Amino acid sequence: MNNILVADSVSKNFGDFRALNQVSIAVPQGSIFGLLGPNGAGKTTLIRIINQITMPDSGRVLLDNEPLLAHHIQDIGYLPEERGLYKSMKVGEQALYLAQLKGLSRSVAKKRLKLWFEKLEIGDWWNKKIQELSKGMAQKIQFVVTVLHEPKLLIFDEPFSGFDPINANLIKDEILKLRENGATIIFATHRMESVEELCDHIALLHQSNKILDGKLQDIKRQYKTNTFEVGLVTDNEQQLTNILKEKFEVGPADFKSLNDDLKLNIKLKNGESSNDLLMFLTTKGQVNHFNELVPSASDIFIQTVKNS
Amino acid sequence: MNHLSLVIKREYLTKVRNKAFIIMTILSPIIFIALFALVGYLSSLNSSKERTVAILDQSGQISGLFESNDNITFNYLDAGISLEKAKQDVETREDYGLLYVGDYEDVSDIANSIKFYSEDSPSLTLISSLESKLEKKLTDLKLQQEGVDIEKLRASETKIDIAQESFLGEKSSKIDNVVKLAFGGFAGYLLFMFIIIYGNMIMRSVIEEKTSRIIEIIISSVKPIQLLMGKIIGTSLAGITQFAIWVILGGGLMLIVTAIFGISMGEMQMEQQEMMQQALEQPEGQMAMQTVMNAIYNLPLTNLFVAFLLFFIGGYLLYSSLYAAIGAAVDNETDTQQFLMPILIPLILAVYVGVFTVIEDPHGTVSTVFSFIPFTSPVVMLMRIPFGVPIWQQLVSLLLLVGTFIFTVWFAAKIYRVGILMYGKKASYKELFKWLKY
Repeated sequence: MNNILVADSVSKNFGDFRALNQVSIAVPQGSIFGLLGPNGAGKTTLIRIINQITMPDSGRVLLDNEPLLAHHIQDIGYLPEERGLYKSMKVGEQALYLAQLKGLSRSVAKKRLKLWFEKLEIGDWWNKKIQELSKGMAQKIQFVVTVLHEPKLLIFDEPFSGFDPINANLIKDEILKLRENGATIIFATHRMESVEELCDHIALLHQSNKILDGKLQDIKRQYKTNTFEVGLVTDNEQQLTNILKEKFEVGPADFKSLNDDLKLNIKLKNGESSNDLLMFLTTKGQVNHFNELVPSASDIFIQTVKNS
Repeated sequence: MNHLSLVIKREYLTKVRNKAFIIMTILSPIIFIALFALVGYLSSLNSSKERTVAILDQSGQISGLFESNDNITFNYLDAGISLEKAKQDVETREDYGLLYVGDYEDVSDIANSIKFYSEDSPSLTLISSLESKLEKKLTDLKLQQEGVDIEKLRASETKIDIAQESFLGEKSSKIDNVVKLAFGGFAGYLLFMFIIIYGNMIMRSVIEEKTSRIIEIIISSVKPIQLLMGKIIGTSLAGITQFAIWVILGGGLMLIVTAIFGISMGEMQMEQQEMMQQALEQPEGQMAMQTVMNAIYNLPLTNLFVAFLLFFIGGYLLYSSLYAAIGAAVDNETDTQQFLMPILIPLILAVYVGVFTVIEDPHGTVSTVFSFIPFTSPVVMLMRIPFGVPIWQQLVSLLLLVGTFIFTVWFAAKIYRVGILMYGKKASYKELFKWLKY
């Protein structure tokens, strides 16, 4: 697959502190790439290197197979985690300024801004000062400014912090639309719910090292435990549990159900298929619930960080 | 439009549209002129107050020495009454004070006996005018007692005004030096004020970008050095605009105020002119003006103008880049103090050297050395140039200034790059040194 962005063993030191240690990532064209990691893992440093805010000590970064150059700034849209706007400047004027810094002409910027402002229903803010707006309102403007120059690579660092659920959804939809229109998105966060929803690729940073990366699907497959959540109605629950315990690893499960089920987590041994289990269960009672436990991104995150 | 000009434009427009800036720009000259007018008005009030000074002259030697004028009435008391009685009388009449001269034969004894009694401590100008007249009178008296002919002594007094001429034949006089000092002092002081006012403004604008957290958005599209230079240039242009408005508005107001308070101001100016004339021991007004004009004409004007521009810009850029670095290193304005001191010290030193040493000896060792050190050279050199500084010295000094300027901008940009993205870390000198290696 064609990678729009490749970081090749990038390292960065701040004094004695190693912020990135030989980190390599490859972001496929058109993907939503989750850059994950606990606080202080080096996400922001890597993003700043991609944005040419800081220079790597070693390693290189390629955008569209070219080493990063000044003009690449126009191909990237960046919404930093630490974000704000000039408080005493008017919304429209400020958005125009930031758009022009990204290489748009004044007239084009104005036209696109009007469209976006209409889309997000913030048209009447044009002449307001930022200090008159709420934090969430200001975030909307930052989002517009980030995507206005229609960059091929968008980098969002914790984009949903500060948004209420309605606006967070609105922004999420816009992000998905941008991807449909051909943009690639890097998405740095430590909030796993949004990763689950949006990302198709992830890389996990921990203590300045990359400890995991790949397609989210593949990673999940790799981390699956062959455990199934089972709910069934049977006459003799105790007896069945004992029989199952002999054949499989069994634990209690917790899920919602309409019936008064026996709820269990059953882990298959190597070589056993889910069909075997299901067939066995159907002979013992009425199966109402049968569901493979897929590891959540959050589980994988916590597990890998702990193990490393 | 390229990034630098965009940044300059934004910095300039935000500065000049800022309410505080507009108010300062308009109000400052008004307040200044109003204060000036107030002082003029008050001092005219003050001097028009009539004072009565009683004189009890028991020696009989100073009768008729003091003549009453518009401001002070001298009231000679009857020499027969006692000092105690005289004091009581003066107090009940609420006179300003009592000058007492004792009854002695010997002039030295008379001099020692002179006293001034008053309710409050008397005005210094009054006392010194009394002293100078008494001194003169008693000196004459003593000379007469020694048998010296006063007339002959007067006639033999000789005034000297040394005509100065360089080996190249350039004539100059003391008034030349005063004009040169005025020019140099003005240029140096202007630079000093400009650096302090607008350097601070740059620093605050950097801090604002940090605290509003917009910096990372900006810095992902503009190089730090472009942002830094844009800030410095934009703020300077706003500063020049403000200065121009001050000069125009101030000049206009000054004209109006002088027209209204015409007479009192005129008097003040007359007094000043008189003082100047006395100080310079120059002939009457017209001639003095002529000399001043000549002195200005004699200045190396082209050199002065070019040097002013270059040293002003160089010095300003040098210091403002440091101000920007400070802004980048701290989180809020209260933390700036520890870093501001090392900047202000050379600046104040420059002004002191300029004021005290250059006047004394414009080409002496101290003045010359300080006019080469980049951190003091803009101010000191600007003060020296009116006295004629060899071009090579100016060039070397300028070269050093530009070199240092390039270094400080590099240094500032380095601090700036790292500092603008550092939050919450209390910057210390040790920390800053580490940043240089990032």
